[in-house]
Order: sequence, then C-alpha cells, then structure tokens
Amino acid sequence: MSNVTGKSHPELAADFNKDEPRVDWHDETLWWVRAKRDIAAHKLPEWELLRETASQIKHNVLSNLYTYLQQFEANAQKNGVVVHWAADAAEHNQIVHKLLSDKGINRMVKSKSMLTEECHLNEYLKEHGIDVIDSDLGERIVQLAGEPPSHIVLPCIHKKKEEIGDIFHEHLGSAKGESDPKILTETARQHLREVFLTRRAALTGVNFAVAETGEFVICTNEGNADMGAHLAEIHIASMGFEKIIPERKHLGVFLRLLTRSATGQPITTYSSHFKKPQEGREIHIVIVDNGRSIQLGREDFRNSLKCIRCGACMNTCPVYRKSGGHSYHTAIAGPIGSILAPNLDMKKYADLPFASTLCGSCSNVCPVKINIHEQLYAWRQVIVKEGYSPASKTAAMKAMAFTLSSPVLYRSAGKMGRVVFKYAPFAVNNKLNPWYKHREMPKAPEQSFGEWYSKRKEGQN
Amino acid sequence: MKVALFVPCYVDQFYPKAAIATLELLEKLGVEVHYPKNQTCCGQPMANSGYEHLTTGCNNLFIDNFIGYDYIVCPSGSCTLHIKEHLHSPEQEEKAVDIRKRVYELTEFLVDVLKVDNLKARFPYKVGLHNSCHGLRGLRISQMSELVAPAFSKPAQLLDMVEGLELVPLSRNDDCCGFGGTFCVVEEAVSSKMGIDRVDDHIEHGAQYITSADLSCLMHLEGILRRQKSDVKVIHVAEILNHYSNE
Repeated sequence: MSNVTGKSHPELAADFNKDEPRVDWHDETLWWVRAKRDIAAHKLPEWELLRETASQIKHNVLSNLYTYLQQFEANAQKNGVVVHWAADAAEHNQIVHKLLSDKGINRMVKSKSMLTEECHLNEYLKEHGIDVIDSDLGERIVQLAGEPPSHIVLPCIHKKKEEIGDIFHEHLGSAKGESDPKILTETARQHLREVFLTRRAALTGVNFAVAETGEFVICTNEGNADMGAHLAEIHIASMGFEKIIPERKHLGVFLRLLTRSATGQPITTYSSHFKKPQEGREIHIVIVDNGRSIQLGREDFRNSLKCIRCGACMNTCPVYRKSGGHSYHTAIAGPIGSILAPNLDMKKYADLPFASTLCGSCSNVCPVKINIHEQLYAWRQVIVKEGYSPASKTAAMKAMAFTLSSPVLYRSAGKMGRVVFKYAPFAVNNKLNPWYKHREMPKAPEQSFGEWYSKRKEGQN
Repeated sequence: MKVALFVPCYVDQFYPKAAIATLELLEKLGVEVHYPKNQTCCGQPMANSGYEHLTTGCNNLFIDNFIGYDYIVCPSGSCTLHIKEHLHSPEQEEKAVDIRKRVYELTEFLVDVLKVDNLKARFPYKVGLHNSCHGLRGLRISQMSELVAPAFSKPAQLLDMVEGLELVPLSRNDDCCGFGGTFCVVEEAVSSKMGIDRVDDHIEHGAQYITSADLSCLMHLEGILRRQKSDVKVIHVAEILNHYSNE
C-alpha cells in the first residue's frame, strides 16, 4: 500500500512502539504462529529435503519461465479459459475493469490476492464506479476499517478482537461491545452470504498454476474463493507470472510446505483446483509482470521470485513483530517485501532493506530457501550506489572508512573518542544520540587491548 | 601452529578484558598467539550500511596483517562472519580467499580445531547464553531453532565444562537482540525494544550473567541493563572460560 504518511520505516516503527503493551501483544501473537510453524515443521523428518526440493523446482521454473508460461497458456486455452497478459499494474487493472464493464457488472466479490493489493485494484475499481467486497474475513475487516492488510496471510493480525467488534458494530450492525470471535465470524458469514449470492463476478488470486494441465490452485481456509468463483458467472484470476509450476506432481511439495510454514496447519482447509469454466460461465486469467521480469534480470535478487507467499518470514522476523506490517508502507511487508519493493521503486522503498538486523531467521524459515537476509545486504549496496542514502550518512561512512584504513589514525581516534561511537549516531539528522534514548553508553576502559598488549610486550622484553 | 589473534575494533576500544581473556585462554591451552598490531576493523560497519565499496582500505590492511597464519581467531562471531563472507581485494584476491578459509570464531576454534574437552575453569553463577545471530546462523556455531536438525551448541558445550556454572533455559532461544550494527541507531525504537525483550527473557529465568560469543550483542544488552539499573551483568564467553574462582 502506498505510503500515505510519507514516513519511513524507522519513523513508522517508532510510532508503533509508543504503545509498548500493544507491541508486546503483536510480538507474542506472531511468535505463537512461528512456534506453531516450528512444531509442524519438526513433525516431518524430511522437512529440509522438502524445502530443497521446492527451491529447486522454482529454480527450474525461473530458468525456463517462457516455456512454462507458454505451455500453461496453451493448455488453459484448450480448457476454455481466456488468458490475458498484463505488463504492469495499470494494465492489469484495465483488463479487470474491461471484463466487468463489458458485461455491465458494477459489483464484484474478491478473495485474497496480494497481487491486487500490489496493483491497488480496489482503489482503481472504486474510482471507476465498481464496488468490491473482500470475502476473506481478515481482508474484509481491514477493508471495513479503511486500512491496507498488515500481513500477507493474516491481514488483520494487528487488530484486537475488541477493535474488530467495534468495526462490525459500525458497519455490519453487530451488538455494541460484542467481541466474541465466534459471534463476529457468524456476523461476517451472514453478511458475505448475501454478497456471494448476488455478485455476478468473482476475482481470486492464484497460488499455483500448473503448466502441464493449464489448471490453477487456490488455497484458502474459509472456502471463500470457492464460494465466489462457483456462484459468479465470470471468474477472474489474477496471477503473478512466477506462480507457475511445471507439473501437477510438484503440487504436493508446495501444498505440504505452504500452510505448515504459514500457520502450522498440515494443509489449507481448501486447496481448490480450477481447470474449466462451467457451461455458460467464464474463467479469465490475467498473468501479470509488474516488475517481475526486471527482478528476474537482477541476478542477486532473482530468487525472491521463488516466494510462495506463506508469510513465515514475517512471523519470525523480530523487526516485523516489533514494528508492525504497516511500518513497511508496501503491499507485501516484512523481510520478503523488503527485497521485492525496491525493485518496484528503489527511491520510495530505499529504507526497507535497512529495516533488518540481518539476523537470518527469515532465510531459515523460508520454505523455498530464498536467501532473504543476503538479498537485504545486497540491496543496501545497490541503494547506496544508486545514490538513495542520506548525504550525512555517506560523509560519516567515508570518514569512518578513512580512519579505519589507517592504524595510526585508528589508534589516535580511539584514544580521543573510542572510535566506534564517534561515528555511530549518523544517518539521523538531529543532534540527539539515538543510542542513548533507551541505553547507556559503554564505559570506556583505561586502555585499549592494543595498548595493554604493547605494555605487556615491553614487560616481557 | 601459527595463530593470529584478531581483536575487532570495538572489542579493542571498549572490551579489552574479553580480548585479554581470549589471549590468556589460548595460551593456557598451549597455543602460541601472535597479535598483529596494525589491525583495526573488519569493515563490517561500512559494508552492512551499504558501503561495501568503501572497505577496500580496511580489507587490504586486514590482509597485510593476517596473511601467513595457520589460523586467525577472533572473540566475535559477527566480525569473523564478515571476514569469511566479504573479505575481498581486487589486487590480492588469492590472499583474501586464503584468509577467509582460516578465520575462526573463538568457540568454534576451541571445539573444532583444538578439540578442547576439559577446562580448568570455575564460575559459580547462573548464566544465560545469548546466541548471536551471526555466530548462530552465519557461522553455525549452534543449531538454529528454525531448522529440522539435531541440537548442538559449541559455546554451551564449553560452558558445560565450567565448574559451578548453571546455564539457564530461555523462552526464545535464538531471537535476535536487535543490535544489528548501525541498525541500533537508525532503527532505535525497534532495536531498543528487541534488546529490552531479550534482557527480560534472561532475567525472568534467573540469570545473573548474560554471556555470548559476540560482544556487539552484549554491548547492546549491557546498555539496556545499566539503564534499568539491573544487577545482571554481561560477560564474554572467553572471560568465563578463562575464569577460576574459589567463591
């Protein structure tokens, strides 16, 4: 989602951290999901082999995309599916809009699709007079709240049940103060039932598209994608072009990894296959590039296109857990978002690769073994080289590099100001020392190790 | 065996005791240790900030100081990892490659190379072991909670040899402390919160000391402990392994 505030990750994260109990709650909620993932993963002795297999399958896909996409298109067309190609977000939105307007449809139900978030489809359609209702419960909650999702799998993980109760009271007429999840879910269910029965068009995402058969698979826990797609006369599926897998037999690898990584479940409640339209109905698939071919051409970042959108990297990321999804000011938050976003707009998202301690936990949980933390490091180098880092930081870094390249300068700077902290508080354009806000400075010892060692040597001689 | 001691800049400047303990410990174990005196920094502060291209001077200096040794031992997982992964030199890449293969973090050197199986050390306290991310996931000195594989920990294996020492369990065994180099100032809010939560985990489990194979994490945690006026202290693992107390 666009950064409406104009604030960077550190600023948005600092805002989020003003309410410490809320940070604790957010952190613990996501850690709980991470712990569930660990239990699910550790139940499979072959887990690491599965990850490696998935990674290699995706490697094959990325190396032969053109072939697989063409194969998929041909097979989908044979099945009676209409295939569209969109170079960017704007074209994707136009295609969807035209499909609807050609049929005189002005209301659509949509299941979860991070691609449509990336393309800002809802806003676009709203501007063109088309009403969209998100049918995933979490998506519906943030939609009613007028917010973007804060997590790709758990879109409203930042909201407490009491807050959801207030939203439902305001928009769906539930009782004031009602916060029982069962009752709130039932309220949403009744409301969505009416939506499903009356919408002529349904849009879904695509989790996996099988080149061999021309079918595609959508994974949901609520069955809402099926409800929408089965009842509507036109089903539009939006798909990033990296969602392709070669053969149907590969699905088993990904379906076993996806939900275990996402929520700790063995498999999603619904893994629905779509192949042919029902008689008298239509299936359209929009295959979207939107920067993906550029990323494919960036060797250091190509692996990011292996992502199957499980969200495990977010749940495990200590920075995400303690800064909240919205602090990333992009549709896909967290570690994976931080390596995808700079590809779309390097200037706007120059802060994101720095929103990490490079702890590496993201790479370890990734079910397709994307080297996320290494890519964050690599993006930092690119962003600085392209000139998107503050001039003050560059000046400090040059001074530091100069000092540390010379033993003489290093030793004298050390004596003067204990070298590291002399240069540490850069990149912040104010005179306050950010270290000192919550931490004491290290106590400077009488002498450095180097000084101690020289004296010891003298003593020995 | 020709062993060089690599003392990272911040250890040299702020925590000389840890470097002294490292030196003494290695000497006690019969290793002849050389300290190349013109060493400064591994270059990580620049590289992790996106300025890897400014590290040529540091890299060449590092190569000049450390070429020709059988092993280079360092009491910091983070700096060791940086050298292992990022030491390059356009003019002398062969030497850089050689050094990258020879650099060891202290606990992995003790366990993997010296194969230490007993220590004359006593430290009768409850100790929390903080797994630094670069040591853990970068150098793999311990098993990581995310991976499905048998558990092990080189620092814990050594600490278990210390008389009187009790390692306390933690709720989150390998969550990051939030130091992250320049992250600690650029992302002050999140960094501090991460540090506070790590410290709480150790305190809740009764730790009197927090130890680690990485002083950068400990420097961060110490800053928080001292701000909280806590009695809990930080101590580098080398200082424990080199410690003998009759208390």
